[in-house]
Amino acid sequence: MNSSITNYEQLIYQLCQKDLSLVVMTAENRAAIRNIPEKLGERFVDVGICEMTLAGAAAGMALRGKKPIIHALAMFLTGRAFEFVRTDIGYPKLPVKLVGYIPGILSTANGATHQAVDDVGLMTGIPGMNVFAPADIDDLLICLPQIIESDEPYYIRYTDNPKIINHKMQFEIGKAEQIKDGINVTIFSYGPMLKQGLIASKKLEELGISVRLFNLRTVKPIDTEAILNAALETQLIVTLEDHFESTGMYSIVCRILNSNRLFCPVLPMGLKDKYFKPAHNIDDILLHEGLAGSLIANRIYDEFKRSK
Amino acid sequence: MKIHSEKELTQFAKNVRQHILKMSTNGGCFAGASLSMVELVTYLYNNYMNISKDLLVSDERDFLFLSKGHAVPALYGAFAELGWIDATRFNNHLKIKDDIYWHPNTNIPGIEFHSGSLGHALPIAVGVALSVKIDKLNNKEIVILGDGELNEGSNWEAVMVAASKNLDNLIIIIDRNKFQANLQTEHLLPIEPIADKFLSFNCGVRRINGHSFEEIRQSLDDVPYSYGKPSVIIADTIRGKGIKEWENKADKWFCNISNDEYHLLKKEIA
Repeated sequence: MNSSITNYEQLIYQLCQKDLSLVVMTAENRAAIRNIPEKLGERFVDVGICEMTLAGAAAGMALRGKKPIIHALAMFLTGRAFEFVRTDIGYPKLPVKLVGYIPGILSTANGATHQAVDDVGLMTGIPGMNVFAPADIDDLLICLPQIIESDEPYYIRYTDNPKIINHKMQFEIGKAEQIKDGINVTIFSYGPMLKQGLIASKKLEELGISVRLFNLRTVKPIDTEAILNAALETQLIVTLEDHFESTGMYSIVCRILNSNRLFCPVLPMGLKDKYFKPAHNIDDILLHEGLAGSLIANRIYDEFKRSK
Repeated sequence: MKIHSEKELTQFAKNVRQHILKMSTNGGCFAGASLSMVELVTYLYNNYMNISKDLLVSDERDFLFLSKGHAVPALYGAFAELGWIDATRFNNHLKIKDDIYWHPNTNIPGIEFHSGSLGHALPIAVGVALSVKIDKLNNKEIVILGDGELNEGSNWEAVMVAASKNLDNLIIIIDRNKFQANLQTEHLLPIEPIADKFLSFNCGVRRINGHSFEEIRQSLDDVPYSYGKPSVIIADTIRGKGIKEWENKADKWFCNISNDEYHLLKKEIA
């Protein structure tokens, strides 16, 4: 990553200058790409509020050798346009990058209509589709060039949240970023929930519990090695996500453990079978849903003591 | 490109119908919807599109996307007549050892993209047309839509996008056979006046007899009908065309016939 690049739009423009097959498309969501249209000319296409046509047209572009980066609100891109993504992008494995805005908790005060809290389940369920969920803006900028360069389809859970930590500059698709090492509990998180994982791990360490903390980066492909090692080397695995537990990382981690005949308690920290209470302040939502770092720490502490 | 005579086209169409009939045995196929578009497909591949066995993967080729994917026996029949696939493969229709099943897939040479779920091909063709424009090329994109398929909202999204982006390299052909799976189109969600709908969506529109090679030729030669606009051809057709017992019969959407019936109907087409 060029150090002069500080935001998504600058990086996308730089990548487009290097690779002339890249095209940028949107379903009238321009928040993160305001200055791209005039710079890219015909290589920028806004189809209007038509997420199905956005996905289909991106597939058509890819059939002609283009590599479209397409933008829409995460819920409408993965939900409304699901069958077009599945059938026209996923099934033929076309190199389209789907950028979903305000995924998960980031939809704040919008309400259930806008809550992409099943998007990871929908996208990981498509054969051939990959999922990238950066923790913050720095994480996004570090990893994005490799994701965009890939010839495979990706769903990107977009965030421009300020950086939580100094991230490792090296990135390998399918490799989680290890933030902390520890011997008692392993926390896996993806996306901005990393911040709560950090708060929880600090509090747990004060209580004498050593925490291993990962930022997954790619949810698919997932870092199987890190998951298996966590089961072998620590006594409790925690899956932290702003997503339904039923179809999110929790179920993925449990499947991996089961198929490897490894038995380790897994404590899910996500959304149960309901949407979250909308509010403008994310910290208020996290407190309300029991997903704030301090609350997570208490639940992990109790579970760890119970399972010992 | 060799221009085929009316007589040659007529014989080609008969042969395509024989192949469709063959695929109506041993498990059957969506014969009614396939038979209605035989003349359209015959003319497009023989006398209009820049496509041949040598051009199948060339960047120079014109593109045809079959949105009403269930009518693919008409394409497979045409591909056999064009020498792109071996007609003996139709003995493998629906069998595990081959890829000739009820909806199109790209394992068959000539199929540009898989389809079957309705309302998908037009958005895809819009993307291809946009890409062709970006590259300053002139390849044509042709989409064959079913009339019942116009129930799907994605078509109307895509038409708005096509018109707003001035995609005059895009040709939308509607196989207006007046039936959908179970009913006549006008008995469920009436779609007439179709021409007015597409005109109001800012497209150029022609309405023709979809079984007349001369009317098909004229409508394609005149494209684009309006500078900078997509062209829509509403081709009035007969579902089941060519087999009298199947023409305009609501229950002849899908046909699975015995070998005896096959041999009887074969003579009717010949």
